[in-house]
Amino acid sequence: MDTTRRETRSVIDVRGLRKRYGTKQAVDGLDLRVDQGEIFAVLGPNGAGKTTTVEILEGFRDRDSGEVTVLGQDPASGGRAWRSRLGVVLQDSRDQVELTVRELVRHFAGFYPAGRDPEEVIDAVGLREKESTRARHLSGGQRRRLDVALGIVGRPELLFLDEPTTGFDPQARRSFWELVRSLREDGTTILLTTHYLDEAAFLADRVAVVRDGRVVALDTPDALGGPQARRPVVRWTGPDGTTHAERTTHPERLVAELTANGALDGEAPGLQVEHPSLEDVYLELIGTAAPTTASTTATTTAPEGSTQGRSTEEVAR
Amino acid sequence: MSATAPPDDARATAGLRLPSAARLGIDRTGIELRAFVRERDAVIFIFTYPLIMMVIFATVFSGQDQSADGYGVPFAQYFLPGMVATGIMLTSFQSLATSIAVERDDGTLKRLRATPLPAVSYFYGKIGLILLTTIVQTSLLLVLAATVYDVPMPADVSSWATFAWVFVLGTTTGTICGVAFSSLPRSGKSATAVVTPVVLVLQFISGVFFAFFALPSWMQTVASVFPLKWMAQGMRSVFLPHDAQVLEVAGTWQHGATAAVLGAWLVVGLVVGIRTFRWRRRDDG
Repeated sequence: MDTTRRETRSVIDVRGLRKRYGTKQAVDGLDLRVDQGEIFAVLGPNGAGKTTTVEILEGFRDRDSGEVTVLGQDPASGGRAWRSRLGVVLQDSRDQVELTVRELVRHFAGFYPAGRDPEEVIDAVGLREKESTRARHLSGGQRRRLDVALGIVGRPELLFLDEPTTGFDPQARRSFWELVRSLREDGTTILLTTHYLDEAAFLADRVAVVRDGRVVALDTPDALGGPQARRPVVRWTGPDGTTHAERTTHPERLVAELTANGALDGEAPGLQVEHPSLEDVYLELIGTAAPTTASTTATTTAPEGSTQGRSTEEVAR
Repeated sequence: MSATAPPDDARATAGLRLPSAARLGIDRTGIELRAFVRERDAVIFIFTYPLIMMVIFATVFSGQDQSADGYGVPFAQYFLPGMVATGIMLTSFQSLATSIAVERDDGTLKRLRATPLPAVSYFYGKIGLILLTTIVQTSLLLVLAATVYDVPMPADVSSWATFAWVFVLGTTTGTICGVAFSSLPRSGKSATAVVTPVVLVLQFISGVFFAFFALPSWMQTVASVFPLKWMAQGMRSVFLPHDAQVLEVAGTWQHGATAAVLGAWLVVGLVVGIRTFRWRRRDDG
């Protein structure tokens, strides 16, 4: 990454983290570094070790081995002062349903030495109209906003968000994302785990993909997977009506060549240059590549009438 | 939200102190009370169960005595101490064993664990709630017994002193055993089903619904292992005349044994509670 980030302090530092449950090696030598002020997303399939890792960082679980430092301390021995600098938004929440939004936010604010003003927090998460509503009667999205309110009311330096927008409608997600971005602008470092690739793409400064208890890729959302995985796919329909696709680092050059050798006429029906989405790259990284990606890598500029071209055509129909 | 977080060292030099565990315990008591009074069915159960039992039994057996070998006391007077003891067990042991199991299951405990709230403050809140509910419930019961069923209230200081220590020790033991027992139910839903039978059986064998002296001796022996029998006996020593000791199996009030058994359960509950208490569900690792 850029040099300014290198110079900033790390908020989370993990080296060689391991955790085993029975015969399952849930975390298998994981390394991670999260810098101050960034939104860092951890992606990975279920069972990849995301939750175990995050819960070790939060001080909920013990580790078998490895070095872990969160806000300068080992989470396994983090005391109250350390906890007061963290905010944790857990995955599912259905607790304390009889208390109202305002009661809960005020109550939790009292746990911290330098908490935020509860009223400001209620406004920030957009629950002003629901301040006197019991948690029981909040919608899923409102409940999640309350969770975030309780997570940030202590003015944390580091906030953990575990799958925060599961079950949101698109509009609720968008406004939730804006809230998370505003927290970063306030200087909060955020560790986000999510299943949604678009969420990571929209929010994260950097993304780590975890698979089998290890980090298999780590970069900005735009660069994840490296140049090879980022090669665009050119699709076109030849003069005989067959469809073709080719993966290339230089799509313009390929189009020029095709036009020159007559594979494409002036009309160029069905000509497309597709850049792999974060989702395509992610699926390839975790070893379950999307079928379209698999077929395009296999297909090359096939000669007219070849079986491959025909099968592609059939698939297209 | 506009204010940025002060950097670390600024926090340290500003001398920002964590709130004291005692103050947070008071906050917790307040929030526990609010949540409690909003669970209407629980409130109704806790406060009316002993009253309804008192009304039913005192009405059905009105005019009868609990007597043996020519000595007897009015039924309502014998029944009241057992009901006071039962009430204490309900508000301390049963409500806590259930509520902590539910709070573990629904994630309240895990959420609190993620904050700088000290564990003792959480328990201070529970103790505060239990003290208040137990005092209210016992007062209601005593008022009902004294006004409707003419049960005489003790007039001497030493009886009330006995009441005080049995009440405090019984509530404390019930509370601590409740915390320990809360780890047993596998889920919040099963908590009531696991806790209620224990409480119900103890009520039958400990001299609450039936006169203790009238129970088979093996049942008396089993009951003597558990705290409820001793709480009921201790309360009888408060609300029954001095001569009623002849109705006890041992022929005396056995204050020493009462204190010893309740104290032993307190210690056992504490050890088990500390070893088994979990902030997370079992299936949550």
